[in-house]
Amino acid sequence: MKKYILQSIRLTAVLLVLLCVIYPLIVAFAGGFSKGSGGGEKITQNGKVVGYALIGQSFTKPQYFWGRPSSVGYKADGSGGSNKGPSNPDYLKEVNGRIDSLLKYHPYLKRSDIPADMVTASGSGLDPDISVEGAAIQIKRVAMNRKLSEQTVSDLVKKTANGPLLGLFGPSTVNVLELNVALDNLKK
Amino acid sequence: MNTELFGIFATYLLTLVIAIPLGKYLAKVFAGEKVWTDFLKPIESGIYKLSGINPNEQMNWKQHMKALMTINLVWLVYGFFVLMNQDKLPLNPDGNPGMSPDLAFNSIISFVVNCNLQHYSGESGVTYLTQHFVMMFLQFVSAATGIAAAVVFFKAFRDKTSTNLGNFWEFFVKSITRLLLPLSLIMALILAFSGTPTSYEGKDKFISLQGDTVNVSRGPAAAFVAIKHLGTNGGGWFGTNSAHPLENPSYFTNSVELIAQVIIPIAMVIAFGIFIRRRKLSWMIFGVMTIGMLLLLIPTVSSELGGNPAIAKMGISQLTGAMEGKEVRFGPAITGYWSTVTTIISTGSVNSMHDSAMPLTGFWQLLGMMINSFYGGCGVGMLNYFIYLIIAVFISGLMVGRTPEFLGHKVEAREIKIAALITLLSPFLILAGTALSSFIVVNHADAAWAIQPKSWLNNPGFHGFSEMLYEMTSSNANNGSGFEGLGDNNVFWNVATGFVLFLGRFLPIIGPIAIAGLLGAKKYIPESAGTLKADTLTFSLMTFAVIIVLNALSYFPALTLGPLAEYFTLIK
Repeated sequence: MKKYILQSIRLTAVLLVLLCVIYPLIVAFAGGFSKGSGGGEKITQNGKVVGYALIGQSFTKPQYFWGRPSSVGYKADGSGGSNKGPSNPDYLKEVNGRIDSLLKYHPYLKRSDIPADMVTASGSGLDPDISVEGAAIQIKRVAMNRKLSEQTVSDLVKKTANGPLLGLFGPSTVNVLELNVALDNLKK
Repeated sequence: MNTELFGIFATYLLTLVIAIPLGKYLAKVFAGEKVWTDFLKPIESGIYKLSGINPNEQMNWKQHMKALMTINLVWLVYGFFVLMNQDKLPLNPDGNPGMSPDLAFNSIISFVVNCNLQHYSGESGVTYLTQHFVMMFLQFVSAATGIAAAVVFFKAFRDKTSTNLGNFWEFFVKSITRLLLPLSLIMALILAFSGTPTSYEGKDKFISLQGDTVNVSRGPAAAFVAIKHLGTNGGGWFGTNSAHPLENPSYFTNSVELIAQVIIPIAMVIAFGIFIRRRKLSWMIFGVMTIGMLLLLIPTVSSELGGNPAIAKMGISQLTGAMEGKEVRFGPAITGYWSTVTTIISTGSVNSMHDSAMPLTGFWQLLGMMINSFYGGCGVGMLNYFIYLIIAVFISGLMVGRTPEFLGHKVEAREIKIAALITLLSPFLILAGTALSSFIVVNHADAAWAIQPKSWLNNPGFHGFSEMLYEMTSSNANNGSGFEGLGDNNVFWNVATGFVLFLGRFLPIIGPIAIAGLLGAKKYIPESAGTLKADTLTFSLMTFAVIIVLNALSYFPALTLGPLAEYFTLIK
């Protein structure tokens, strides 16, 4: 028994060096050559960092495309979902409220135009994407507020949208931050 | 829509393409045959020498279990002290506090037992030092513990009669050097170049496009996320696990993470058959497990694609399915696949919030964890399945009126008793635990010790019951996912699930190993016309029936009170 205890302690010490020092340092070194140098890819506008490509942020102004509802208000140091069950009456009231508010800002919409992702909170609370349909319903509002033609905005959405992986697998998405940065750049 | 279903199909296909050769490779590695990774031998010799281990020393099953328990206890003590004092240790750029004793108790057990139930949140509850030196370390070694235990079990059936079952340390070290570490390195690099951070810098701050100040948690997550999946651990670097965009940046990484968590469990099944020279048996086991998986997967995906009926009533278009708690870049289809995979295999990482899944999805998730052996966790999936096999052998023996045999060894009263006790353990822990917590909710809902720092249930009614049932089931299955609405960082849940985790891990390892050890030491009986053959279709169906009947009898009432009741109220 004593032999096992000593062996266990020594083996633990050796493995700590291998698995917790050597292994992550190799990964950290290699990661330094990735797009964001291992710290996450940033998006800049006029030389200023305005966010991370993968981290969604809150958009409420009418001249921007809006992201999904977030149960943590896009707090990127405290991710979280709503964890509301599908039958929870308070939750269903909340969803109804979001529908009403969307209809208020987009009076030209019918309820059946609204895709589910625009009125439900994401899992991480930091979802950077919306569905293509989610972007489509906002085009008219954004175009009006920016005094642009719907066609211009619609073309930009099409350009920014990401299709399925290799054209075959998974959903199509629109990265909200990228789209909004592209919009701002359009103005000049 | 179809692209989403193609995604599931392609991901599973790729899993098999990797897992089957991996199984062949593992059988050779553990049999000590020549393989191309033998260039790593000097590293292993170095590890043995520094640890004072002689890898040629033979152990019987009891010595194996002593070695296993000893090193696991060393990790428990070591990790507990580091977690309690993490605030005073280096590598804490975000200035996060030390853990309370009950949270440290729960967290350390949870990671030692390969569960990774997290009652803390990654961004604010731990430091980079504890993430790497406790959490990630344990993700490697707890997976290796499970694999080594499974190899001991393989060894008992390799030769006709044997008490020498190899050396535990050798199996354990090889699981890391020949399997977990190289694969983790590859996967960590894939993640790093797909957007997961690797640097040790702390939080970042920026001003968003419309002028809000935002703090971003980061940290060297790529190395961690790799072993989290390969080792079927599941604990997240960030609070929301693989739903977090830095932990799982794209549809591509999502598939990588999905493949990673399934390859070793499937490879172990394949390795079993090659190792004991009965390939047909392992294909039969693989078949039962795969059919079981499909039976859980198909209704799960279909219930998610159908969307939430309550939201459908509001007139909203749920083109792609239910979206609450899900991420747009994955979509509901592969998220459903993930939720099946992560619950049948004891990973427990999530890419969506299970609490917000449709009621029937919750039902299938719970069932997957209760059965816990459709592929199952790293190594331990095979051990869990073995218990079902022994019960099936016993019942078949009774039906034909012969002393039951398994692979040429008589199965007698002692082995059956162990198998029966292990079979009863899970329902006992899950149901007694859920009953106790329900009692507290009803009678002590306002007690300070129960609601600090947050009240328990995030949802009323049947769903609230499901939250508690899920937590206990996940603990017992060493799964680690949760209905995360449950306020679980308090004394009751930390202590109660701590015990469930511990018992739910080690007894289901020791039990099967004991049975295998006892059987392996018995005289070998050559096959005759009356032998019950374990590798036939009939016997596989029998095993499948045993799995379904045992679990239905144990859990149906509880499942009815939770997800089923919610389902019927929702569709009415």
